Amino acid sequence: MTSFDAARLSDALVTSALGVFSLALVVFALAAALSRSRPVPVAAVSGAAVVLSSPGGDAGLRPAPHRGLEQVGRAGAAVLVLGTILLCLAVVARGVAAGRAPWGNMYEFGLTGSAAVAVAFLAYGRGRPTGVLAPWTVTLVLVLLGVSVTSLYTPVDDLVPVLNSRWLVVHVAAAITAGALFTVGALATIAHLVRQRGGGDEDDHFSDLAHTVHLVAFPVWTFAVIAGAVWAENAWGRYWGWDPKETWAFITWVFYAAHLHALSTVGWRRRAGWLALAGFLAFVFNFFGVNLWIPGLHSYAGV
Amino acid sequence: MDVAQEEHELGSEEALRSLPSDPHERGRPRPSEVTAWGRWAWRRLTSMRTAIVLLVLLALTAVPGSLLPQRGVASDPAAVANFYRANPDLAPWLDRMSLFNVYSAPWFAAVYVLLLVSMTGCVVPRSAQLWREYRAAPPPSPRHLSRETGHHRGLVARPHDPLAVAAAHLRDRRFLVTRTSNEVRAEKGRLRELGNLAFHLSLLVLLFGIAGGKLFGYEGRVALVEGTTFANVSSSYDALTPAPWADLAGLEPLELTLNDFAAEFETEGARFGEPRKFEAAVSYDSAEEGDGSFTIRPNRPLDINGTKFFLTGHGYAPELTVRDGNGDVAVSGPIIFLPVDPAFTSDGVVKAPDARPTSLALRGLFLPTAVDGPDGMGVSAYPDQVNPIVQFMAYTGDLGLDDGTAQSVFELDFTDLDQVLDADGKPWRVSLAPGQTVRLPDGLGSVTFDGVSRFANFQIARDPGKEVSLAAAILLMLGLTASLAIPRRRIWVRRNDDGTVELAGRSLSRRPVPPGELHDLATTIGLPPAGAGQNKEEE
Repeated sequence: MTSFDAARLSDALVTSALGVFSLALVVFALAAALSRSRPVPVAAVSGAAVVLSSPGGDAGLRPAPHRGLEQVGRAGAAVLVLGTILLCLAVVARGVAAGRAPWGNMYEFGLTGSAAVAVAFLAYGRGRPTGVLAPWTVTLVLVLLGVSVTSLYTPVDDLVPVLNSRWLVVHVAAAITAGALFTVGALATIAHLVRQRGGGDEDDHFSDLAHTVHLVAFPVWTFAVIAGAVWAENAWGRYWGWDPKETWAFITWVFYAAHLHALSTVGWRRRAGWLALAGFLAFVFNFFGVNLWIPGLHSYAGV
Repeated sequence: MDVAQEEHELGSEEALRSLPSDPHERGRPRPSEVTAWGRWAWRRLTSMRTAIVLLVLLALTAVPGSLLPQRGVASDPAAVANFYRANPDLAPWLDRMSLFNVYSAPWFAAVYVLLLVSMTGCVVPRSAQLWREYRAAPPPSPRHLSRETGHHRGLVARPHDPLAVAAAHLRDRRFLVTRTSNEVRAEKGRLRELGNLAFHLSLLVLLFGIAGGKLFGYEGRVALVEGTTFANVSSSYDALTPAPWADLAGLEPLELTLNDFAAEFETEGARFGEPRKFEAAVSYDSAEEGDGSFTIRPNRPLDINGTKFFLTGHGYAPELTVRDGNGDVAVSGPIIFLPVDPAFTSDGVVKAPDARPTSLALRGLFLPTAVDGPDGMGVSAYPDQVNPIVQFMAYTGDLGLDDGTAQSVFELDFTDLDQVLDADGKPWRVSLAPGQTVRLPDGLGSVTFDGVSRFANFQIARDPGKEVSLAAAILLMLGLTASLAIPRRRIWVRRNDDGTVELAGRSLSRRPVPPGELHDLATTIGLPPAGAGQNKEEE
């Protein structure tokens, strides 16, 4: 297979993944509509959407949803898995086409990032009552993928010399992994905060999921920043220079550090979620805002 | 429940923060008001709430530095000056509040210094507590084991000693185990606390590493034309930014020659003209490391005994010979032209103050691949040399070099210069290809375009603190991972007077005791499953 074929294959897989994720969204919407049309308790509505591939995983925790409804939810989960597989194949094909790690420009970062979000969601959602998170994750993946395809797309090409380093593989891979986990954590945190506003508990399965994810995401992000610093020392002669990208990575890190401290501080636990969201917004701004609006040493990231 | 347990109920972090800050507090005469106030303030500062507020402040105060141009940070060194020109009213006010050097501003320093003090004031007492804990055995079981996680209770059928079996089982799983006549106390995951401590202390070590660079290091830049040699003394640098205590007289004794610079660019497709390869072939002669040769590339600096040379840019240096009206050579050799666009349209000036009968200056462009641009001035269409051309205009008069004010070699002071005009009274202007010579009007002299050299920009840096920073970063990573990934928990197995055996665990972190752990233990001892035990209790 030539690199041209692989590139076209990747594009075709991205298109089909977009279609499959849209289908998943339709199925989830259907499940939600079906559940609204029936007089079921509120807890069942939010629990109905999906329990990802968990054979009776949390059957005891909440009222069993309507059986047909559950099947629709499961179908949605299956479609989500299919879309994720297609997206991962698209990433691999892109890497084959480029002959390097498929994260050398913003399009590839968006493509690989959306695949990573889907994988992270499936990995951590397994066996948990993810409820409303599944459709929101699908929506987010669709938006990220859609923006990448329509606004950031760039044909396969070689790297500019300054990016040609094995640290690109390490640093950006860690950033993508942490970003995907942050995304899942942020969605779970929002769900938790919404529920808490509605009079929910200080801890629920959403906050548990968020915490589990953040406990992994934070060290991975720390590693991404350190790897970036080592690379910067090797490429620019200083390991930290307050370049806008570095600054926002630092801001992200500090907000998540504050979040983790708040979780174990009496009186701050209810506010901890907001700190995590602030960290996530800083991360998102670092990818979109800093790349597109602020000039800096990371500006070559190839819009 | 003893005091230590009560502290841990709050979660390990909060336990640390709520430690009595002064063990001598009790049984002493009432402290003076100042001492009391000081103690109150210290406890506030080292409390977790303050730390969180300071963390949020640190994040927020870092923001303006990424939105406003910063001195010594931005990739464009003229960014602050440009901002001043664009916002003449606002800029001085922002400057007064250090908003153009946020990361060395007193208010930014205040936040991180307070944060580090708060953290230290909390971590140091914790070290003492940790030391005591490490040497102490796991505490006795709480009275109501049934209130703890994964409680099992029942009669053990098998004829062995369940406590001995439990102790052996837990020791195999690397629990720290203490056995008394009627119970087994076990604990695992103390490394979590050590990791937490290592993480916080590593931030202090990192501060030392950063300080090493900020106090003793230096950064400099130099542009070298192919064939020229750089001697590492401070006067050779185009720009030099030393730290306050950097030893500029004692720079690493070495010489570096740029033998050849090679560049390759994309020749087709959407990324046409984008760089693909840069290589600077250099040779060096160092007092410490002898002589040798090296190819400096992006991401591949040359390191000579801690002084590092990074390739940060490149451009063209047209070789020009300027003869004056008497036919004498006034200027000869390669002259660096600064690139102004990605296709290397490059801008430069030539100064010939000693030309006779009058001083001469040229200002113009070098175009590696010249095509016609707007206003009859050419532009370059491709960064490599396909159709190299120099274009320039000429000036006569006083170049302003003798009045003592510093002047950039890349700019002309037009105050006392007159533009050379052609026969029609329009500005005289010429384009030359390599090998061509042109005569200036009115017998002012001539210019020959001999050929093209390349130049490379090097960033030269020495940071004596970076190894310390790296060590701190590794310690930080290890400590953080340990403190977040290792669940610290206690397990108790107790033989009651009625002959039943019960066991339960307690997590000392937010994550629960791994459920399988207690189940395995119960199975090994021969305790009935949790449900059966509970039935028995209800009877």
